[in-house]
Amino acid sequence: MTKRTRRDVLIGGSAIAAAQVVGFPAIAQGKKYDDGASDSVIKIGHSGPYSGNASAYGNIGRTIEAVFKMVNDNGGINGRKIEFITYDDGYSPPKTVEMARKLVEQDKVLFLFNTLGTPPNTAIHKYMNAKKVPQLFVATGASKWGQPKQFPWTMGWQPDYATEGAIYAKHILSTVKEPKIGILMQNDDYGKDYYNGFIQGLADKKGLVVQLATYEVTDPTVDSQMIQLKNSGANVFFNITTPKFAAQAIKKAHEIEWKPAHYLNNVSSSFGSVFQPAGIPASQGVMLALYRKDVNDPQFANAPDVTAFKTFFAKYMPSANIKDDTHNYGYSVTHTVIEVLKKCGDTLTRENVMKQAANLKGFEAPLLLPGIKVNTSPTDFYPLQSVQLARVKGESFEMFGDILSNEST
Amino acid sequence: MATTMTSDRPANNAERAAGAGLPAAQASVPKWIWLGVIIAALLPLAGGENGFISNFYFLQLSLMIVYSIAVLGLNLLTGFNGQISLGHGAFFAVGAYVTAILIDRYEMHYLATLPLAMLACFVIGYLFGLPALRLEGHYLALATFSLAIAVPQFLKYRHFEPFTHGVQGINIFKPDPPFGLPLSPDQWLYLIVLACAVVMFIVARNIVRSRMGRAMMAIRDQPLAADTMGINSARTKSITFGISALYVGLAGALHAIIFEFVSPDSFRFELSIAILVGAVIGGVATLSGAVVGGFFVQFIEKYADAATKWVTSTFHLPIHLEPWTIYGIVLILLMYIMPMGIAGGFGSLWRRIRLTG
Repeated sequence: MTKRTRRDVLIGGSAIAAAQVVGFPAIAQGKKYDDGASDSVIKIGHSGPYSGNASAYGNIGRTIEAVFKMVNDNGGINGRKIEFITYDDGYSPPKTVEMARKLVEQDKVLFLFNTLGTPPNTAIHKYMNAKKVPQLFVATGASKWGQPKQFPWTMGWQPDYATEGAIYAKHILSTVKEPKIGILMQNDDYGKDYYNGFIQGLADKKGLVVQLATYEVTDPTVDSQMIQLKNSGANVFFNITTPKFAAQAIKKAHEIEWKPAHYLNNVSSSFGSVFQPAGIPASQGVMLALYRKDVNDPQFANAPDVTAFKTFFAKYMPSANIKDDTHNYGYSVTHTVIEVLKKCGDTLTRENVMKQAANLKGFEAPLLLPGIKVNTSPTDFYPLQSVQLARVKGESFEMFGDILSNEST
Repeated sequence: MATTMTSDRPANNAERAAGAGLPAAQASVPKWIWLGVIIAALLPLAGGENGFISNFYFLQLSLMIVYSIAVLGLNLLTGFNGQISLGHGAFFAVGAYVTAILIDRYEMHYLATLPLAMLACFVIGYLFGLPALRLEGHYLALATFSLAIAVPQFLKYRHFEPFTHGVQGINIFKPDPPFGLPLSPDQWLYLIVLACAVVMFIVARNIVRSRMGRAMMAIRDQPLAADTMGINSARTKSITFGISALYVGLAGALHAIIFEFVSPDSFRFELSIAILVGAVIGGVATLSGAVVGGFFVQFIEKYADAATKWVTSTFHLPIHLEPWTIYGIVLILLMYIMPMGIAGGFGSLWRRIRLTG
């Protein structure tokens, strides 16, 4: 096994050398493989929290696994089956380092895909780039994953938090009269990314923020923060919270009869885990930026990608809860990597994987909202940078306004 | 577990703690242990930089040894002094951060940071011990637990951010082997970690067999009698707490160097629990138990999820198992079969065989 892989690498290496000497395009040399790819198999590595505090996100890994199973049942990608190796890192950075090293050095995967969480990905950022193994479409919206110059082997996927924060700020400035802004923020990387983007969006009007309240992930509730925010006299509320706290905040605002223009971050755009626990009446009018469809939303019931998702879900994840939005995310991001692998053709080298990932033009991944497309270039490592504003109306989202983009960052 | 030991079977426990009694105490370290250490130290030489043992395995071995040092620290406190701590992850974090900050901000040599990390943890441990040790048993466990919860929050504290970089954590660089030795960084660090462990185990062995060690055990077994005999129990307990924190702090410092990264999320309270579980599973009142405990923390716990998956698929179980199911079952079984921990269990098994045979 090891022997064969080594030989493949040698062949690949000499092919690269030959291509450079003769000056032929690499693809003309036929098949080329790095570790983790062969005529029959492509090995992809992943780590995510199947246990611990963040284990709700474990469903993303399970969905990816199920999608690849479907792909394999349908013949694989360009005739190759996907071997998806996923480990539990419990959202703990040192464990992620261990698992990433195991995947790269022991399992010899072609690349890592959708490793989850900002701290875990930060811990392996340097390692992956030193090893020149792609860290592709990471499952975090931090803005630091799009730096092709310093980190050419790392790429995010979803609209980054800073971009989203800036879009809310611009919307507030153009629609709310005399805004006085209260912010509730989770005190970590993710919260600060949103906050900084939002403040940048306000530019010289950052004095409009009258109150910033923070909470820790370990806090039981955000009740006191909500009362503090109400008492500040704010008429705009920017809610930077993860689902559990988002539900608490919406519920508490309703209870204390605080009715600001309520902007909620996309991280908590789930009916199943946010608006239903908070209470549908309490959630009416909450605004947020969306980039994916909610498959349970009646307005998309007949969209072809939604029906395809439901067929997949019924067959490959029969016991999972379809209301959990993490499945939609996993489905959509996996189809993006499948597109990349299709474009790689028979040149399954790490370099080519990054090259193809950085050349996606107008790719409509399933479950993205109409008009939102994946766009990348060798200098733009932010695949998704457009969002659509929506508000909660009844038990679904009502879209309003145009697609807002921030492609400049 | 530790409480039952201290309250139910004190005499029995003391006897076991001292091994086979006084004669063994005067004997030197058995030859086979040294042989093991030498073989372990020669491992990186087997095949050079890209030898047949991969760098990843050296990372894992280093980690196992690091956890052994941490478990040993807790063993000194829990096993030999009878105090329970649920908060040793905090000292692990302090050790790691002291090293990371000194390397990152003050550009110190990584080896020079180790004594400072140990010193910092000793001082913090000793000071924390002073008021906390007025608390007994479960109350002390709760007080230390709050330490484990508080430290990650302190690391995120706004005014420490110039040093700690807040939630971002600190990236440091893995040192290359010096003098152009033909070793990979992982192999080199493995040797450093191994050397630290050997020194720390010898020191622990000497502490346990010294006047200090006898005082520690006397306080554990018969606090009243120990007081009557003139042992200053508050001082002994505080110093033990400090020494224990020093061990765990060294483990944390080595951990930071191995992983080149520290962040508050790396040292959540689960780490404290893991160290305690390692100590209990290994055998709290034995030094060899720390090695077993380190092995347990590193391998069994890390692969709990993989093991659960493997069992589900291999035996075609019709039920869906949660990731940590196997881990839980193993823990419960071990506690039933070997209530003295693995090292204690095998120790008594060995003695029984010798008696009957």
